[in-house]
Amino acid sequence: MSLNDAAAPGIPSRGTSNLADGEWHRLHPATPLLKGGVALIAITGIVIANLRERLVELFFGVPSYGGDPIDEIYNRGAVGWALLVILGVLLIVMVGFYLSWRMHSFRVTEEAVEVRSGILFRTNRKARLDRIQGVNIDRPLLPRIFGAAKLEVGVAGQDANVQLAYLGSSHTDALRRDILRLASGMRQSAAAPTGGAATAATGTAAAATAELAPGTVSADGTAAGQEPHTSGAHGLAASAGALITQRANEFLAPELDPDAAPPESVVHIPPLRLIASIAASGFTLVLIALVVAVPIALANQQYWIIFGFVPALIGGASYYINRFTKGLRYTIAGTADGVRVGFGLLSTSNETIPPGRIHAIAVTQPLLWRPFGWWTIRINTAGHSQQNGQNASNTTVLPVGRIDDVERVLALLLPESGLLPAGTGFTALAPGAVPVEPPAPTAEAPTELSNVLSAERSAELPAELPSADDAAIPSLIERGLVSKGGADGFTNSPRRAAWLRPFSWRRTGFALTENTVLLRHGVVARELALVPFARMQSVGATQGPIQRRLRLGSVHLHTVAGPVSARLTTIDHTVAAELFETLGAGAVASGANDTSHRWGSRQDAQ
Amino acid sequence: MTHDAQDAGSRDTEHTETNNAEVREPRMHELPTSPAPEADAAQRLDLGDPAAWHRVSPKYLVVEIIGTVIGGLLFCAGAAAVWILGDQQWALWVLIGIATVFIVTLTVEPRRVRSIGYQLRADDLLFRRGIMFQRFVSVPYGRMQLVDITRSPVARALGLAELKFVTAAAATGVIIPGLPMDEAEALRDRLVALAESRRAGL
Repeated sequence: MSLNDAAAPGIPSRGTSNLADGEWHRLHPATPLLKGGVALIAITGIVIANLRERLVELFFGVPSYGGDPIDEIYNRGAVGWALLVILGVLLIVMVGFYLSWRMHSFRVTEEAVEVRSGILFRTNRKARLDRIQGVNIDRPLLPRIFGAAKLEVGVAGQDANVQLAYLGSSHTDALRRDILRLASGMRQSAAAPTGGAATAATGTAAAATAELAPGTVSADGTAAGQEPHTSGAHGLAASAGALITQRANEFLAPELDPDAAPPESVVHIPPLRLIASIAASGFTLVLIALVVAVPIALANQQYWIIFGFVPALIGGASYYINRFTKGLRYTIAGTADGVRVGFGLLSTSNETIPPGRIHAIAVTQPLLWRPFGWWTIRINTAGHSQQNGQNASNTTVLPVGRIDDVERVLALLLPESGLLPAGTGFTALAPGAVPVEPPAPTAEAPTELSNVLSAERSAELPAELPSADDAAIPSLIERGLVSKGGADGFTNSPRRAAWLRPFSWRRTGFALTENTVLLRHGVVARELALVPFARMQSVGATQGPIQRRLRLGSVHLHTVAGPVSARLTTIDHTVAAELFETLGAGAVASGANDTSHRWGSRQDAQ
Repeated sequence: MTHDAQDAGSRDTEHTETNNAEVREPRMHELPTSPAPEADAAQRLDLGDPAAWHRVSPKYLVVEIIGTVIGGLLFCAGAAAVWILGDQQWALWVLIGIATVFIVTLTVEPRRVRSIGYQLRADDLLFRRGIMFQRFVSVPYGRMQLVDITRSPVARALGLAELKFVTAAAATGVIIPGLPMDEAEALRDRLVALAESRRAGL
């Protein structure tokens, strides 16, 4: 059985990938096998283990000493029945596989991605394209070997994602590009040149495949040819060779396809740094404590501690391995359709986050990383796959990096923030990500409040922002990350906040740009949180009795759920009130001007 | 409770008209600060237009009191059972302690209920509650994902309802209790209309 792209219609592409033409398509025919891959291997293993002696006897003529299930069946003269049962089960499984593949189809229209599946219980899921939060391509090891990939369209909501598992690897990239293009709201004509060039690149790669396996699905969704027919035996050997080289190329290819992204990832993580950063995590401290505690406990005849230690060790090992494999081959680059983050060595994952889908960003530095100057970046997004606990990995955008890496990544994540002048971090950002619309009302809305804050802002920001060009003066980001406090462009907590934050009060503060809030706090574990005004859901201000005595207040920026919590707990209460109003007005103004749900349409307008 | 009766009268007017809100006497901002008005007011967070707060129905106080009393009685019954049936002397002190806490809670209850308020501003909904732990939330109308109206048995008996404004952020937590049913429905329709006219993305 050929594992090739049977989902591909016979009609050659005309500038777009042929899977996104609004018709119903089927998935990769090997999908049931790949989905149940592990179970299949397990069942085979059990069968082989049970028949081991039988097989040994069969091949080497060693007589068996009886007692296995097959002898039993043979002795009872039930061979015919047994064969019938096996045949029946096989038939049912095959029919089930075939039907589940047959009934599982998807289509991509101008409006939505739609999937229908199920044999007895039909489900039909439709995700509106302008609500897409991200497109993720997963290539687990086994499907990857067979040249298949899983495409996941992330939509806001718990377990609301639309999964297309599995598709032919080369089609997956093309399909993602088309989904993103359709979602961006760019008109077909505008996209045609790039789309055409892009498909040409993958088209050549897919040529060998298309020749080998033209198992076609006609436009109305019925299968025209189930059996992939080859063009004669003589061509088979050559095609097989081409197929293998193509598989190898796909396997080794960089995760960022060169036609859709700048060739280089803006951050490169040396494996050594990755290992060291994982080793210097807080979990290691726990492990060391355990390693010290265990011999002491054993010396005191406290043997029960073993029962706690062994599971911890196993958990620790899997944690380290998980962190390591997820951080390997890490890439991040800006494309016309958003930031693309890829990682993974054997099983790879590659997520595209369109502009305006990042709700909050946190740059943090655990204490142990400080000597090395390393930081990690995590984000809140509305759509995440919750399965297999992989959620955690998707929220980490930069596993470990230095400050300049952080600035480059932030420039990709917040292209319109005005925090970093274009050209500092990344070179050629695709045209879609160029800041087009500075949200003017944001700047003007708070002016009617005429408060201390906006006075401070106007005094500080214009003077200090351009200075980011100057290498001598650290950028606002860098000040937010490493500054010890003081007059550094951030509005910090007053001295009396030391009652509540004895160490970090100097550093606990905020800064505002035209459309982004920066909150910084923490002196042991430093953190800088950035929230775009346009993504803020609401703003809260609270004050408890102790804060009231100290004339302090808290401000909390409510965003979608995630690892980032944007709140400041110890700022002057009048400043907190001003900040509350400013943020509220800013959120309204930016939210009204926000067009990022159709990010491509802005280019059309020009 | 003369204040409450007066308030109930003003409740009958249409809440959505800001003019009425201005006409209504601005009690909201002065009441929570009653113990030490001058010193405390300066340290207190005071957001929004003090005159524009819509308060919840004073009848909501009954709902709160009934809830507190039921809770208090349950706890007291537990302690009393230990004291009488279990013949444990210390349980008497626990009983007294619990009773004191709940009685104090009951005395603060009117102020807590009066501290709940909301304002419909030009572009956002401003919500507040709490005296000791003050909480203000500002939600742009366009961020609305859905509006829930729920009614507990006691509130239903009093003709009250609870309105919940849900955004994509779980932390928003804007729940306006103690609205008269027709007012809750009017407010819901108003909020939906406002959200529709100011639709924003996620």
